[in-house]
Amino acid sequence: MDIAEIQGYAYFFLTMFLAISLYAYIYHLYKNKKDATGVDYEEYSNMALNDDIDTTPVKSVSDEKEK
Amino acid sequence: MENRPLEYDYTVAKMFMLTTILLGIVGMSIGVFIAFELAFPGLNTVFGEGLAEYTNFSRLRPLHTDAVAYGFTISGIFATWFYVGQRVLKVSMAESKFLMFVGKLQFWLYVVGVAAAVVSLFLGYSTSKEYAEFEWPIDIAIVVIWVLWGVSIFGLIGIRREKSLYISVWYYIAAFLGVAMLYLFNNMEVPTMLATSPAGESAIGDWLHSVSMYAGTNDALVQWWFGHNAVAFLFTVPIIAMIYYFLPKESGQAIYSYKLSLLSFWGLMFVYLWAGGHHLLYSTVPDWMQTMGSIFSVILILPSWGSAINMLLTMKGEWQQVAASPLIKFMVLGSTFYMFSTLEGPIQAIKSVNAIAHFTDWIVGHVHDGVLGWVGFMIMAALYHMSPRVFKREIYSKSLMAAQFWIQTLGVVLYFTSMWIAGITQGMMWRAHDEFGNLAYSFIDTVTVLHPYYAIRGVGGLLYLVGFFMFAYNIYKTMTAGRAVEESELANKSPMGA
Repeated sequence: MDIAEIQGYAYFFLTMFLAISLYAYIYHLYKNKKDATGVDYEEYSNMALNDDIDTTPVKSVSDEKEK
Repeated sequence: MENRPLEYDYTVAKMFMLTTILLGIVGMSIGVFIAFELAFPGLNTVFGEGLAEYTNFSRLRPLHTDAVAYGFTISGIFATWFYVGQRVLKVSMAESKFLMFVGKLQFWLYVVGVAAAVVSLFLGYSTSKEYAEFEWPIDIAIVVIWVLWGVSIFGLIGIRREKSLYISVWYYIAAFLGVAMLYLFNNMEVPTMLATSPAGESAIGDWLHSVSMYAGTNDALVQWWFGHNAVAFLFTVPIIAMIYYFLPKESGQAIYSYKLSLLSFWGLMFVYLWAGGHHLLYSTVPDWMQTMGSIFSVILILPSWGSAINMLLTMKGEWQQVAASPLIKFMVLGSTFYMFSTLEGPIQAIKSVNAIAHFTDWIVGHVHDGVLGWVGFMIMAALYHMSPRVFKREIYSKSLMAAQFWIQTLGVVLYFTSMWIAGITQGMMWRAHDEFGNLAYSFIDTVTVLHPYYAIRGVGGLLYLVGFFMFAYNIYKTMTAGRAVEESELANKSPMGA
């Protein structure tokens, strides 16, 4: 197998890997919401909309510590 | 004092707001002056032959680019970080004496760094690498300033109350990491004092003059990997951080699709780093690298438009706000200009188009519809939104802001349309030849033809500068004469005086 052939295979598999990663990430973003433990990423917009220092965080660091 | 409720502390944000405005005035004024120098060359010596060394185009051009990129834009990035960072992480700078100290130290070192950069460039100390002209002592100072900013970012993240990081914070982190990597690698340089000549002589150089550690084509590759990604991590990434915070906040609308913002973020991070090769098409760089640069540039449309469309759709059902608020106008037009320049850029990166566009004024036009229409508009909009909140006063004049918007929009349109015409004319004239292959025109022919467009470009720039002075005046009056506002008035829409 010469270098050009190795490059060809590497190029093909890298492209496949990147395409699969892209769609897997999109799937992950949507699937997360349906899990019991999942998060609805759309709620994260509230981090900007309710950003006064005394408003409740979307997901609090201190909640996490209590668990 | 102990019982006072906790508030966000905008001390450092205010300091950087000041340098944003001051350095914006400096950078844009020089820009307008040198634009007129190109149209009317007599201006190169307008302050006398003796001063011509300091007032000619080539001495002033790096001062213009560096003042707007590393003065105006970076100050704007820092100012908005010290505002947005606290708010979306729900933690106040007042809670950490250490972070407050680091923030102030960063500001004062930045002021010293800017002063050193301005003086050294005026005196002609330059590495001659575009957008990386600063000599090595200033480079080291910039690294220190940048590390301090990193301490601020990660320090604030470390003491946050909000567990997840808002999309803008991701973009600020990317700007920090991206510039750190690019800056270090592109500025690897050796003072000529340490070099030895082929004849064996040493100590014949200069401590304040350095040469790149890379040579020839490698130097060009590193330079444009840096140069193009400086556009990415200064003019795109942190500005997207701003619009993802300020547009939803000012309009009261949730981001149209938060998921799309995440997808576009990772897409942009992956694709942008490979596109720099398009600056070196038809050069000595390997052909596959040129092709890769072109292809990645075209793919870049997807993540760029992902963010821009996301912002425009955030206004879905709320377009009356665009008509009603000049502040929203700035952001919506900024986002539109972002779409426009991220379509124009990939078109220019296609090899056959680049054969006409390269080295012409079309490139200059492209850069300016991006920086004037997108970067400048967004930073000014951010400062307008921040002003009532940091000064606790309503914006001094809504009508002045609206007038500024239209004057500057006209300025940008005059700028890029004149440069389109000039650039394509230039490209076509340079390559025109007769049946025997003799060039049809000499260089001076193009200069003569382009004169009116250069004059129009100068006028466009001047209009933008006039608008910037209106902005500076409006912010100054907001600080000093705006009506005091209650906390309850500051939920979303910024309060504005007539």
